[in-house]
Amino acid sequence: MTVNLIRRREDLATALRALEGTVPAPLARLLTLLGSVLTIASCFLSWTWTDRFPGDLTVAGYPGGLQVLTLTAGLLLLLQTLSAYQLRGLGWLAPAGQTRALRLLALGALAVTWYTLGAISGELGGLANLEPGGFVAGIAVLPALYGTLALPGDRREATPAQARPLWQELLVIAAIAAAGLYVFTYGIETEYGELFVGFLLVIGFSAGAYAQAGLLARASALFARRRPWASAAAFLAAAAFPLTQSSEQYANLGVNILIFATVALGLNIVVGLTGLLDLGYVAFLGVGAYTAALISGSVFSPFRGAHVPFLLAALIGAAVSVVFGVLIGAPTLRLRGDYLAIVTIGFGEIFHIAVNNLDGKSGPKITNGPDGIAQIPDVSIFGFNLGSAHQLGSITIGRFANYFFLMLIVTLVVVTVFSRAGNSRIGRAWIALREDETAAEAMGINGFRTKLVAFALGASLAGLAGTVSAHVTYNVVPTPYVFAGSTAPNSAFLLAAVVLGGMGTVSGPLLGASLLYLIPEKLTFLQHYQLLAFGVALIVLMRFRPEGIVANRRRQAEFHQSDIPAQAAGSEDSVSLSQAGA
Amino acid sequence: MSTTTSTPLLDVRGVTMRFGGLTAVSNVDLTVGQGEIIGLIGPNGAGKTTFFNCLTGLYVPTEGTVTYRGNVLPPKPHLVTQAGIARTFQNIRLFANMTVLENVLVGRHSRTREGLFSALVRGPGYRRAEADSRAKAMELLEFVGLAAKAEHLARNLPYGEQRKLEIARALASEPGLLLLDEPTAGMNPQETRAAEELVFAIRDRGIAILVIEHDMKFIFNLCDRTAVLVQGQKIVEGDRETVQNDERVITAYLGTPLEQPTETTE
Ligand SMILES: Nc1ncnc2c1ncn2[C@@H]1O[C@H](COP(=O)(O)OP(=O)(O)OP(=O)(O)O)[C@@H](O)[C@H]1O
Ligand SMILES: [Mg+2]
Repeated sequence: MTVNLIRRREDLATALRALEGTVPAPLARLLTLLGSVLTIASCFLSWTWTDRFPGDLTVAGYPGGLQVLTLTAGLLLLLQTLSAYQLRGLGWLAPAGQTRALRLLALGALAVTWYTLGAISGELGGLANLEPGGFVAGIAVLPALYGTLALPGDRREATPAQARPLWQELLVIAAIAAAGLYVFTYGIETEYGELFVGFLLVIGFSAGAYAQAGLLARASALFARRRPWASAAAFLAAAAFPLTQSSEQYANLGVNILIFATVALGLNIVVGLTGLLDLGYVAFLGVGAYTAALISGSVFSPFRGAHVPFLLAALIGAAVSVVFGVLIGAPTLRLRGDYLAIVTIGFGEIFHIAVNNLDGKSGPKITNGPDGIAQIPDVSIFGFNLGSAHQLGSITIGRFANYFFLMLIVTLVVVTVFSRAGNSRIGRAWIALREDETAAEAMGINGFRTKLVAFALGASLAGLAGTVSAHVTYNVVPTPYVFAGSTAPNSAFLLAAVVLGGMGTVSGPLLGASLLYLIPEKLTFLQHYQLLAFGVALIVLMRFRPEGIVANRRRQAEFHQSDIPAQAAGSEDSVSLSQAGA
Repeated sequence: MSTTTSTPLLDVRGVTMRFGGLTAVSNVDLTVGQGEIIGLIGPNGAGKTTFFNCLTGLYVPTEGTVTYRGNVLPPKPHLVTQAGIARTFQNIRLFANMTVLENVLVGRHSRTREGLFSALVRGPGYRRAEADSRAKAMELLEFVGLAAKAEHLARNLPYGEQRKLEIARALASEPGLLLLDEPTAGMNPQETRAAEELVFAIRDRGIAILVIEHDMKFIFNLCDRTAVLVQGQKIVEGDRETVQNDERVITAYLGTPLEQPTETTE
């Protein structure tokens, strides 16, 4: 199957190459240049006559909404084209070749422009609703794309990066972290679905382009070389996010993304590193959330007398998750094969049904069934109440911002646990078991015990995140803790976040979780088709990039059989938090 | 070479392995002494690999015991490795998507103790153990000649080097006895020569070797004694002359069965 996939990729590449050389290279480059300039100019024209289309694209001389995205795509293309003209100071934009990057950028410009025009005509009823500016934009991207396709393909090898003084590298790291924060904030703040789709198109194609240009490889090499600095910058960028928010609405989204992402990272230990298919993982999040809800002083809890301080409750939540993890893992992890998948899916359902039924009617009154446990008090750590807003200079830090900081610390803990455990004796044993269980045992690894440790560790991290989530939402109800649903978190989404993002990496699941959380949140117009669209997206991704968005060097080799020696150990973890914020 | 008069390193008594009606290994006795190189030969399907699997706990023998340094081995692969027996596989089984160095580090699993907790805390003890493991692993890669490729993915190594890496990985568990299952399969004559040198060098490190091979030249160059397995039974054991002149060995290799196979009725 892998071979087949690779061949298909090559077919596609050949098809794209069909136009190569149909006009001389200088002309092709000129066409690209003109096309990009024209695309940029068109964004200053009016694209439609009415402001009924969100974002108001009617004003000439001032781009709005999706026009800004087209403008961004056009500018990125222009910049890359100028770099292809060997303009001084822009050579760094393409350490591994220009043409493929140009093609992807032009495709991105085309995609976002045509998507906008399509959305306008679709929503307002026909092409008649387009103003001339719209047509100019739609046509301007064509010569640009044609030009890039006619350019000769990349031949040269990636030029190795030169070492630079520390302060310069730190500046670059800071710039990348800031850009990541900006992009993340922009995405989270998009106000309507169309803008979010446009955002995804621009981000997707430019990320692809910069990967092809070799910039991403450079960046991750830099981050690996300056690991502590890079982690600090990424953490600071993430911590700056709530400060950029004037309303609580998006900080709330940010908290939920972090919760979802840390759980995905915990699952990544089980699935990505150890290769155990856990289809009921969300239940551990539920165990943590319900444990915290029961012991944190809610009046709806049967143990309302107990109001355990949060830090202790977090530990208890994680510990109870571990207990459940061991209870499920101990009998099943001895067996090889798919038993674990079946048992975990069963556990997930049992958990869901049990908390639904412990309502005093079908069973003892513990969880209040579908009503859940409400009015969970806010967290208070050392007298600092996370429920109320605090003043930091002139900036107000609201409730969700407080929880965002708390979750950020939890994320930091989880990331540290993941990378330290993954890159150690036990982590190597996990990967060895995933690769070849028989050989791993012949190397002296106690397969059962080692897998149980991974399973319990994964459960504890989910339980930890669950304790925070109970406080953030004020109440816990059974509905999120199912195998599959249309919003995060559920076991299927968690698994998808890991697989989509990139198994075995730190940044992959964080990125995948952000996307999977935001997409259903933003694209409400998909409504009932959400799961379908999600399935299609998964298929497309698995077709073109089976190793996930962020490739682990190991998986990359597995699917693309490159002969490139792996980078120094640990480099795949290096992008880590920068992309948590991106 | 050295004698096996005192307690042998490995003492296999009456090992039998049945798969349903098929007796793959039948009542085999074998001893390996300190510092010996013992060969195990036999036609395809004779039960050589099955015998190895019985020694290393991959299969639980239907009958018989395996004693190593005076202790009866439990049939659990990781405990066997822990006790001091390491092996390679006939069909190479590396951790394909780990680097060469990581493969060898996994081999050190049974000789290191650091658990999850110390990996998370990363105290000085942990760092010392990790650095020590890396140094030992690099030394082994040096020994088999793969040091330059430490950071390559195992899957990207050419065939011959994958075999060497499997040996380095096995040696990383600091075994007293190394089981090699067809270490030169698929190698050209030069590579086979190099493999012979490697086996001698391993023996010089004080490690006894039990090796399965089809290449007779290789076997007779190396081995102090050779046992012949035919249809699960050990028919001869001895030095080069004994084995080469044995009637039954000749018939076995010519393909005509010596007698009716001793299969148990169902
Ligand atoms: N797990 C098993 N289940 C059933 N039969 C098995 C099993 N393993 C091995 N056998 C059978 O046992 C016999 C001996 O096989 P084995 O692999 O040990 O031979 P071998 O001497 O290693 O041969 P070769 O030289 O080809 O490697 C064969 O008939 C094989 O089919
Ligand atoms: Mg065999």
